[in-house]
Amino acid sequence: MSAPRLLIFGGIALIAGGMLFGDIFAVFVLHQNGGRTGEALLAAAQAAAVQDPAGVRAAFTRIGGLLQDRGTKVDTHVHMTDAGYLALLLALVQPYVALPSQRKKRLAKLFLLGGVLLPVGIFLIHYVGLAHSPFSVIGWASVLADSAGALLIIALLGEAWGLWKYFRRSRAYALEPEVIADNSWSQHALLSGGTLLVLLGFLYGAWYAAFDLYPQEKQETAILTSLADQSASDNTPAMNQAVNDYGTLAGAKAVYIAAHSHAIEFGLLAMLLSFIQPYVYLSEVWKRCWILVLLAGAIILPVFVLLELKLGLVAGGIADAGGLMVIIALIGMLVGVLRYTGRLDAGVAE
Amino acid sequence: MNRSRKLLVFGGLALATIGMGYGLYYALFTEHQTLDGMGAALATAFVRTAQRNLPQAHAAIDAFGRAKYTYVRQVDLHSHWIGLAMLMIVFGVVFDRVDFKEGTRCWLALALLAGSVLFPLGVIFETASPGAWFPSALAVAGSAVVTLALAAVAWGFARAW
Repeated sequence: MSAPRLLIFGGIALIAGGMLFGDIFAVFVLHQNGGRTGEALLAAAQAAAVQDPAGVRAAFTRIGGLLQDRGTKVDTHVHMTDAGYLALLLALVQPYVALPSQRKKRLAKLFLLGGVLLPVGIFLIHYVGLAHSPFSVIGWASVLADSAGALLIIALLGEAWGLWKYFRRSRAYALEPEVIADNSWSQHALLSGGTLLVLLGFLYGAWYAAFDLYPQEKQETAILTSLADQSASDNTPAMNQAVNDYGTLAGAKAVYIAAHSHAIEFGLLAMLLSFIQPYVYLSEVWKRCWILVLLAGAIILPVFVLLELKLGLVAGGIADAGGLMVIIALIGMLVGVLRYTGRLDAGVAE
Repeated sequence: MNRSRKLLVFGGLALATIGMGYGLYYALFTEHQTLDGMGAALATAFVRTAQRNLPQAHAAIDAFGRAKYTYVRQVDLHSHWIGLAMLMIVFGVVFDRVDFKEGTRCWLALALLAGSVLFPLGVIFETASPGAWFPSALAVAGSAVVTLALAAVAWGFARAW
């Protein structure tokens, strides 16, 4: 299998895997983790109220564990998906990488290996911890993740070297043909829809940074200060209120950031998929079907994530369904790419 | 490959490598320590509350707020540089389909590159001097340049359809 095909397969598989992991995390871990973190914060405040410093420390150890659990799972989702995006990108620039095909394949395999090991390492951080580690704060899972990150950088540097040779016109190898521009409905729909999604996500992010970020940061310290004060005066209803306010604030922040980042990520994904449409060997009806499902899911997820603040878990469920639509469309396209490769291989065999 | 596409592909690859290099350095030498510091500050705040030492509790919460302010922006630098770099490389592949003259496309590519470098840089400068006008102005200007260039690219794609 050539380097571009390896990168397209690996890329789509990484994106679909990362998104599936994100959906499972959103349904089974995210809200439950948030609830337990709130309970632990209340336990810390109650321990402070009865002047029990050991109880406070125990509660914060629990909070640290819960935050690490949540953070590493978010990072697993993000890094797996982004490694997939980068793999698709590298597939697109392969015609301009002036290296022997064997070396390009090795670089592609190295990149995909890093793209798999990085999220696996991140996922394991919470479970492996510092067991048997010679370092004071970095465990073996972190070492695995960091080594995988280094593999990605080495592969990227190799690709950059090949690009440099291409533009220095010092190539002496047969290169793959350029990306086919077939000006089809599918390509235009994905390209325009993707750019629009990125623009919307960017505008929303700018609006959030300008009007919500700083007030939320101030509100966080204000709520924590109030919680400490209410603990000191052993005012249980006010402590409960402060913990609820803290949970609401954390939820709002997560929702705003998720809406911003998912709109942009899905926009990028749509644009990337527009380039591989000539390699999706499906009928025009099925191609359009998967594109519409993908774009619909890509808009439903960020919009309903944002509506979670007003509509609660119902909106969260619809957002998860949006994510599932994107995954299904991706798998549909992957089947089309597989059929295309099968056709190529059959042609070679003949 | 014309100049605008070269600018986007090479600029994007360089920015992605810098963003990843920064992420690797950050993960190895800063992140764990920062997270431990944030956790310790918050725990200290409530231990001091248990000891009925509210001034020190408030000071610890302020320290937590400052550490989190820096942490959020450091992570944002990493993710925004890589995200914007990926967007530039994608555009680099397909920039010929933006229905403008090559000169205009070059300016758009330059605007995307400049904005993508400066906007996250302004965000990280905010950690050196919180509340100062220059870093915020840099971040706002950088993001405005990227947004306008992005709108122009979207318009260019729409003209070609």
